[in-house]
Amino acid sequence: MHGCKGKSGAKGVTAAGSFFLDSRDSVFAHRGEDRFQMAEAQTLKRTPLYDCHLEAGAKMVDFAGWEMPVQYQGVIDEHRAVRTAAGLFDVSHMGEVRVRGEGAEAFLQRLTPNDVSKLVPGRAHYSGLLTEQGTYVDDILIYRLAADDFLVVVNASNADRDYRWIADRANGEDYPAPTIVTNESDQYALLALQGPKALEILAPLATSGIGELKYYGFRQGEVAGLPALISRTGYTGEDGFELYVAPEHAAAVWRSLVAAGAVPAGLGARDTLRLEAAMALYGHEIDETTTPFEAGLAWVVKLDKGGDFQGRGALLAQKAQGLPRKLVGFEVEGRGIARQGHEVVSEGAAVGKVTSGTWSPTFEKALGMAYVPPSLASLGTRLAIDVRGRTLPAVVVELPFYRRPR
Amino acid sequence: MYPSENLYTREHEWVRVEDDVCVLGITEFAQHELGEVVFVELPEVGQVFDTGDELGTIESVKAVAEIYTPVAGEVIEVNEAVSDDPELLNEDPHGEGWLIKIRFSSASDLKELMKADQYEEYVKSGEA
Repeated sequence: MHGCKGKSGAKGVTAAGSFFLDSRDSVFAHRGEDRFQMAEAQTLKRTPLYDCHLEAGAKMVDFAGWEMPVQYQGVIDEHRAVRTAAGLFDVSHMGEVRVRGEGAEAFLQRLTPNDVSKLVPGRAHYSGLLTEQGTYVDDILIYRLAADDFLVVVNASNADRDYRWIADRANGEDYPAPTIVTNESDQYALLALQGPKALEILAPLATSGIGELKYYGFRQGEVAGLPALISRTGYTGEDGFELYVAPEHAAAVWRSLVAAGAVPAGLGARDTLRLEAAMALYGHEIDETTTPFEAGLAWVVKLDKGGDFQGRGALLAQKAQGLPRKLVGFEVEGRGIARQGHEVVSEGAAVGKVTSGTWSPTFEKALGMAYVPPSLASLGTRLAIDVRGRTLPAVVVELPFYRRPR
Repeated sequence: MYPSENLYTREHEWVRVEDDVCVLGITEFAQHELGEVVFVELPEVGQVFDTGDELGTIESVKAVAEIYTPVAGEVIEVNEAVSDDPELLNEDPHGEGWLIKIRFSSASDLKELMKADQYEEYVKSGEA
């Protein structure tokens, strides 16, 4: 079986496999790009929950230079646990950049497309770091800790680059001063408790009143008697919480949540869950070639928030000219899975590309997202996708695929 | 874990020789590494393959693997049960989860394959 050729993962790993595979990638071989480097070529970083993962029987893989659990018992069971009860993810590999000082609000307002002036302490919002071309350096969450104190949460794969991107621009000519930018990625472990039973599991262990937190609200408090920033956010399409804790407290918090019934869930389920919820993933739906408009994320761009911001000119121009392509959701109508990199074809020519695709445990069929020309973007449009030389029929469907019952 | 009557490839297939027919499947190690199998694409009965040709593909939630035949010959039977119920590959890869039967044209291909103890060693060595 060709898929099993290649090198296994890092030393000391219970088992290894690759993650987010392209069609021709082997089961073991890690992708050549920087997010998926060969395990042997470098020392992988470990989160404070590494031992918890091994105890729970995790299959560990290299993800963005981190040795992370891709699954414990199985992707499908973990996915369903999150949709029906509660799953617990270690996302400590995410990066955290603190932005403080008198100039912090004005700086972030100038740097990012969402409206930071509307963000009150105790609230977070989804935003991005954009190039002057209006394309993504990364997608981010901004937490307003206090009037002049923000925490910017970034993807692991971009953490160092994002920190430099932010720090290099703070106090620069274009931006008001003074602002202090520090990379605090090592000071936080991050646990995501997600699912309809998340509140029921967390409430008895946490500071009172967390049930009153609104979506994207957060507060400082305690979990299992240990200090935590408790945030009602997530990346699964379910209700849930993300808990920022000190690294030395992470294992105790993890164990108390598992003891209360949370099911450990790996990056495999995290990916199938976010895909069903049509949440963008850097390196897939968004990257330095795509704008928020193309990615269906126009709502994070507040063109009229007052004043210029990074990428605004290019985004205004794109809005005037119309989009060259759009992100759509599709359902495969044959047997097979369209995955990232597969081409959308029309009359023998490639007209678009799949950004993410998987078998959906909720709908029990193959789903995906792809960039296509606007002429092929309306609901119900029939697409053809070249899957390893075989043409699979697909149809454009509404995003998100999954919306939680309320 | 690996039945001693079978022969094994470096690509994690097993074959069992029954007269001039090889039954072919993927190993326990392979199914574990792939994870939950959701699609299996198998050839048609009557198709003829050379040694090393791609016979089909196996897709799990997160991965794709191609199945190659270690022997040349004609496909005489495919396991429709695994097409209908791909989980069989995870549950019983060396038994109910067999994939195809191929009538081989030359036994010399079989000399290249590993015995069960050699395969087990190969998997443990970390070279797999």
